[in-house]
Amino acid sequence: MLRIPCPVCGLRDETEFSYGEDASVRRPDMNEADQKVWHDYVFIRDNPRGPHKEYWHHVSGCRQWIVVDRDTLTHEIFGSALACEVAA
Amino acid sequence: MTARRLKTGGRIDRSRELSVKFDGKSLPAYPGDTLASALLAGGQQIVGRSFKYHRPRGVVAAGVEEPNALVHLRSGDRHEPNVQATIVEAFDGLISTPQNAWPSLQFDVGAVNGLLSRFFGAGFYYKTFIGPFGGTKFWMFCEHFIRKAAGMGQAPTLPDPDHYEKINAFCDLVIVGAGPAGISAALAAGRKGDSVFLVEQDRDLGGSLLSEPVGAPSDAWLAQARAELSDLPNVQILTRTTAFGAYDCEVFGLVERVQDHVLAPEEGKPRQRYWVVRAKRAILATGAIERPMVFAGNDVPGVMLTSAVRSYLNRYAVLAGERIVVATNNDSAYTAAIELAKAGAKVTICDLRQAAPPPFVESARKAGIDLRSGHAVLKVSGGKSVKAAHVVRISPGGKIEGNATRIACDLVTVSGGWAPALHLWSQRFGKPQYNEELDAFLPPAEKGTFSCVGSLVGSPSLRDTLSQGHKAGGTIGKEPALFGHADHWGRNLAPLTVIAKANGRTPGKAFVDFQHDVKLADIDQAHLEGYVSVEHLKRYTTSGMAADQGKTSNLNALARMAELRGLAIPSVGTTTFRPPYTPVTIGAVVGHDHGLNFRPTRLTTIHGWHKHNGSVMIETGAWLRPWYYPARGEDINDAYIREAAHVREHVGIVDVSTLGKIAVQGPDAAEFLNRIYVNGFKTLPIGKLRYGIMLREDGFVFDDGATTRLSEHDYFMTTTTANAANVLARAEYLIQTAWRDLKVHVTSVTDQWSAIAIAGPKSRALLTALTGAELSNDALPNNHFADVTIAGVGCRLHRMSFSGELAYELYVPAKRGRQIWEELIAAGAPYNLKPYGLEAMGALRIEKGHITGSEIEGRTTLKDLGLEGFASSKKPFVGSVLRKRPVLEDPARPSLVGLEIVGNTSTRAGSLLYALNAPTKGHGEGWVSSVTYSPALKMNIALALLSRGPERFGETIQVVDFVGNQTLQGKVVSHHFFDPEGHRQNG
Ligand SMILES: [Zn+2]
Repeated sequence: MLRIPCPVCGLRDETEFSYGEDASVRRPDMNEADQKVWHDYVFIRDNPRGPHKEYWHHVSGCRQWIVVDRDTLTHEIFGSALACEVAA
Repeated sequence: MTARRLKTGGRIDRSRELSVKFDGKSLPAYPGDTLASALLAGGQQIVGRSFKYHRPRGVVAAGVEEPNALVHLRSGDRHEPNVQATIVEAFDGLISTPQNAWPSLQFDVGAVNGLLSRFFGAGFYYKTFIGPFGGTKFWMFCEHFIRKAAGMGQAPTLPDPDHYEKINAFCDLVIVGAGPAGISAALAAGRKGDSVFLVEQDRDLGGSLLSEPVGAPSDAWLAQARAELSDLPNVQILTRTTAFGAYDCEVFGLVERVQDHVLAPEEGKPRQRYWVVRAKRAILATGAIERPMVFAGNDVPGVMLTSAVRSYLNRYAVLAGERIVVATNNDSAYTAAIELAKAGAKVTICDLRQAAPPPFVESARKAGIDLRSGHAVLKVSGGKSVKAAHVVRISPGGKIEGNATRIACDLVTVSGGWAPALHLWSQRFGKPQYNEELDAFLPPAEKGTFSCVGSLVGSPSLRDTLSQGHKAGGTIGKEPALFGHADHWGRNLAPLTVIAKANGRTPGKAFVDFQHDVKLADIDQAHLEGYVSVEHLKRYTTSGMAADQGKTSNLNALARMAELRGLAIPSVGTTTFRPPYTPVTIGAVVGHDHGLNFRPTRLTTIHGWHKHNGSVMIETGAWLRPWYYPARGEDINDAYIREAAHVREHVGIVDVSTLGKIAVQGPDAAEFLNRIYVNGFKTLPIGKLRYGIMLREDGFVFDDGATTRLSEHDYFMTTTTANAANVLARAEYLIQTAWRDLKVHVTSVTDQWSAIAIAGPKSRALLTALTGAELSNDALPNNHFADVTIAGVGCRLHRMSFSGELAYELYVPAKRGRQIWEELIAAGAPYNLKPYGLEAMGALRIEKGHITGSEIEGRTTLKDLGLEGFASSKKPFVGSVLRKRPVLEDPARPSLVGLEIVGNTSTRAGSLLYALNAPTKGHGEGWVSSVTYSPALKMNIALALLSRGPERFGETIQVVDFVGNQTLQGKVVSHHFFDPEGHRQNG
């Protein structure tokens, strides 16, 4: 079980969160009409080994989406920030 | 083996005798004994039969590493299999029985397997499975017999009468292991003021010091340390507790055996307690486990680990043999040998080193021990007990020389070095480093927030061990200084544990893994067959895969593999350690989370009324909802058909409080709704509501519901019951990431509002009478809402229909839900109002052709569901681009249709559809999603997804239920079965 620092609630159990997705990926603009761009956004994702930015939702806590810096290899967590402040 | 209890000594309470039985026989036991020490004291040499060959086996160890002495403990509903006798505390009334031995321990039919050992060699299961005897079939034939003859203990069949609990905890420091290193660390950290968990699997603190003779200098220190620790309020001492798992972020799983050491738990106490401890740092002081040696007959009852024999002598006052051969490759066996000699045994040491350090040689000689340096045990003879050791000379190069000499004896103790108990460290960090001097894998003293101390890191002396613990704990207070025999295991070790002849063979079966009956020859065979990876070796031979997880066998197996491959041990590597360190009962992990407590149950505020009025409830997600309200003698079909028909003729009410409800508020609320719904919401005027559909990012339908505009910047959204949480999470995601420019908030208000649907031709009259409001079609047309007051409670009345009837949804402050429901019931009497449940609601919506989760099931598009007309072409929305992917535009995709089932039989959701004369093979042309009997149409109908469905109205097709083995015919029609023009709901 990971322990995830929530900028609002402090260090909390992983079970209070749900994983979202890769936080380094930016959602295309609403007006983007190119199917390829949307296709790549939805389906083509990296599976990086090592440091990674991830969206987690503090679903059983403050309901904030947060960006967590986590090493996918060691599970080390370096820090987190509110998505509404740092989202890509 | 002629073990006996000594007249004096031991850490047992001789003032009280306990009734302890094994196999019907009474054993002499005292408080402080384990079942294993009682077995030895009672002269019980054979405790079990081995897994494959049914060889007689006795106690080998004195702790969690015991591979052989597995028993059935207790009886009846507390029966427990595969219990290690070495960790069961003796208690009054203890009943244990042997397992895996039929018809008796002394005469075992399964021993014939020993004669068939060629068949049971490495990879037996794999080879049989894929082998030349017809593969799977032959395996299935064999399996029945193999499982019966082999297998481990008998699983319990009765429900567990005890209860288990879970507890969450937080601390600065977890210390695992309360031997000298752990205690020393706990003292220092405790004095510093850290909150400390000191976790010890034994009943007592002390670790290896408990195996020192009573009255040893360590006893006084131990007593003092225990007293100081129990006076420190910040130190939580957990004995009888195993730290079985070390997880990321310093989370530890512990199991405390609260009431395992008594016959039955005391009233109100849990049998076991599962702790989840979150620490800031950890000190592992888990010690080391002695390595056996591998030679012919090394599994005969009476071959034991030297350290275990010392424990039985000093802790339990049991002398395990009279004529003892001690086989060792290191210094640590000498103390035990000398103590055994002093206790009256005739001891021979076979030290396979050419010369032991002079002080040990001198002490051994003084104690009258026959010391044979440069000698090893090649073979132990004896069937059911040790009769003799056959001893050979070992050359400085580690080869055997000359012929064996027979030494008559009744006990052979082995010490092949030590394997640090690095399981927790390895679970957390992976592969440890090999230390050549100690011939062992060791964790580093420091890594991350973990410190490792004592025998775990090969500490050379007790003094060092205490010092390491003291430093790791924080170096507060006086450093303990004790000199003793404990732990000086690592020095001068000769890394040899396999004693074989020049040709590599052993003169008889030599076992690497006792519990799984893996022989040295099996490792050799696996090597011959080309296995090189230790992970493959493990699975192929099953070495290390038994309940003991190879605590005594792993190192010997991989050392042999290294030798065969001509590699150094680190090049071969070690296998991966995974939790749990020792077996954990399912009960402890489950705790109270079973049955109704498996997850929280959500009840609407009207639930009490439903129960009181005989409703049968159904689980939908976490919710309990009224399913149907049976009248006397009705079954579910009678009830729902009556309820649905009643709605169409009179008026009914249904509790729809479970709908997801989300407040969408802010200046950009309209823009937000416009983006997440496929249809336009910017033009929705205040006072109106609109049905809306959402897609996922990939273009498939996500959810549907109605959103009401309450005021300029205030909207009230409803979602399906099932998707309420997902819709909210997705909305929050978009607002907090991609759409941060929008000034909008979403808030769940599901629990703030009760919701009641009132449907049927008499609904308007009833509500007019109850509310006094003007509810004519002009005053409140369909898809509008009005604020109304019922019994002084302000409510919101939405006019909308799911049933196709003239219908309303009444939103009531949650706490007033039941009150308003009862007001409706009372006021409804003149209108013949009846409640209806989920089943009737389903029948009504299927007649009307409305979709639910059965149709919005993640694989359907707007087009598939005939809802493409809702999609706005004037704006982008979530999923608007990807829904137009060519593959989703394929006209052959299954699309929503209705089916009129021919005949009087009902079909089943999930049935597959085939053209009338097509063979009913493969996946067919579509499937049935929802079924009901339609009281309005007086026939069985269904909603279905059918390839090119809307082009096939009028066609009769086959509806095949492969589960129920039933083939019916259905006529393809529009899914709007009933009142397609909507006269009833709009009237
Ligand atoms: Zn939070």
